[in-house]
Amino acid sequence: MKNNKFLDNLIIILVFIFLFAPIVVLILFSFNTSKMNITFEGFTLEWYKKLFTNPTLLDALKNTLIVAFTSTIVSTIIGTISAYGIKKYDFKGKNIINALIYIPVVIPEIVLGISLLCIYTLAKLELGMLTLILSHICFSIPFVIISVRSVLDSLDDNLENAASDLGASPIKIFFKIILPSIMPGILSGAQLAFTLSLDDVVISYFAAGPGSNTLPLYIYSLIKTGITPDVNALISLILLVVFLILTISAFISVRKLRQEALS
Amino acid sequence: MDKKVIVKLEDFEKNYDEKIVIKDLNLEVYEGEFLTLLGSSGCGKTTILRCISGLELPTKGKIYLDNEDVTFTEPQKRNVNTIFQNYALFPFMSVKDNVTFGLKMKKVDEKEIEKRVSNMIKLVHLEGYENRKPKELSGGEQQRVSIIRGLINNPRVLLLDEPLSALDLKLRKKMQIELKHLQKKLGITFIYVTHDQDEALSMSDRIVVLNKGKIEQIGTPLEVYENPKSEYVANFLGEANIFKGKVIKNEDNKSIIETDNKEFITVVGNYPIDSKLSVVVRPENIKLSKTERKMNCIKGVIKDEIYDGSVTKLIIKTENETIKQLTIGNDRQFRENDEVFMYWTLDDCVIIGSAKDEKK
Repeated sequence: MKNNKFLDNLIIILVFIFLFAPIVVLILFSFNTSKMNITFEGFTLEWYKKLFTNPTLLDALKNTLIVAFTSTIVSTIIGTISAYGIKKYDFKGKNIINALIYIPVVIPEIVLGISLLCIYTLAKLELGMLTLILSHICFSIPFVIISVRSVLDSLDDNLENAASDLGASPIKIFFKIILPSIMPGILSGAQLAFTLSLDDVVISYFAAGPGSNTLPLYIYSLIKTGITPDVNALISLILLVVFLILTISAFISVRKLRQEALS
Repeated sequence: MDKKVIVKLEDFEKNYDEKIVIKDLNLEVYEGEFLTLLGSSGCGKTTILRCISGLELPTKGKIYLDNEDVTFTEPQKRNVNTIFQNYALFPFMSVKDNVTFGLKMKKVDEKEIEKRVSNMIKLVHLEGYENRKPKELSGGEQQRVSIIRGLINNPRVLLLDEPLSALDLKLRKKMQIELKHLQKKLGITFIYVTHDQDEALSMSDRIVVLNKGKIEQIGTPLEVYENPKSEYVANFLGEANIFKGKVIKNEDNKSIIETDNKEFITVVGNYPIDSKLSVVVRPENIKLSKTERKMNCIKGVIKDEIYDGSVTKLIIKTENETIKQLTIGNDRQFRENDEVFMYWTLDDCVIIGSAKDEKK
């Protein structure tokens, strides 16, 4: 038995090392005096200072955040309304639409990227922030729909009936009953859309133009010349923010659970 | 007493994708009564309820509420409320928010809402539960919340769609009594849908027995149980032994029927010779004896004993291979494989399916 426990712990430790070693190395190298991400030579905060003076990098970060926020908001709204519409109403070709929703999810990104580029060229849209945002909205919508749909499907049909029976108009039913009930699905869909947009390279590569460089594209372009530790510093900062957000949300949900358990 | 009709269905018909679920149904519900729609699943009872509430529209026919045609009125504008089978409480709202939802939608004055909520909460003994969420309540408590969520709006009619079917037997019996009391106390008309005949018999003022979208019989629990108008009703409400046959003799206001299995049944009434009759005898009315009786007596062998708590059910096989059921107390002198004579009195025979109803 003791032996088994040791093995269990070993496996857990190995899994964690496998998962987190790259991140730890990345953070470590952001404090490295050497310019190369190969050996650790000494501790410095130089790269963090340099980070805030690198205009290209800051510009890319700004673009990334603008694209991520706008595309998340728009795709979440469109995706939620679509999911509700598809679920609630019967119309011709509903099954086809249900199947088609999954195509953008499984289609290779490169295919979607090229086809979006074709459309923009046909429509004579100049590549830039607009096309970038449009593309991100495009690939995010299905994820939101799927996420919202799964919550909608688990919802009791009679909730709507009950609300209607109690005198609520269809608009009130949507905002007072449906929306609060499917909020978890909407939020997880939005989260998915946000992270997808944040680190997308392939589709952005086709849809971005001059002046709409995003962080992933910038980092990708650095591969040719070598990634400098100021990128490491930036990623470390992003990780820190993500970590803080996760901690806070975990904290809130734990407190909520405890309150529920107490009452 | 003059009874006021509160809900009326006229030539009501409902189809789903060409399939007729309910056909030519006419029904009047009186003010203040407890009416039960009883039928097996798929008989259309819930559909009728949903059409009265407005959640579905009938294919044909009219629905009147207080003499006003509401056939196509939206559900939110009808003064009826529905209690759903799985409660359908809004999961993210507290008990109080659930209960006050209807009044808030109607923009009732805040003070009035407070007053009515506390009355309702008291009515079903849920004091102290106002701020709980539905999932923190037991099934019975959730059901009570859903009932007062409807009742608080002072509906003209409360529609209940198998509201107790998710509860365990003991709680169900308790809630049946509670519901019946509530209905009497408030005097609100209840239309209650169930497939449970015990529930229907013990709670209703009148029962509507439905079969395949048609009304088989309407009557008080006593009437439908003791005088079923059709074999379906006889079988659906309780157990029934049904004898089918032809009249071979009638005299002195008595008719003798020869069944298809060559058994002879005597009933009260002068039925024309050769007319076809079905006779229902309830299992609890059949008695056993070691010796043969003059009238309404069939010989058989006890095949099975089914112990059922307060009574024991016996399955008896007669000479002609037909199986009959009867119920007796647990203290008895006959055992499995005993040869016995079953007998019953003239009054225990209920005649159904006669061309001319000469009795009563």
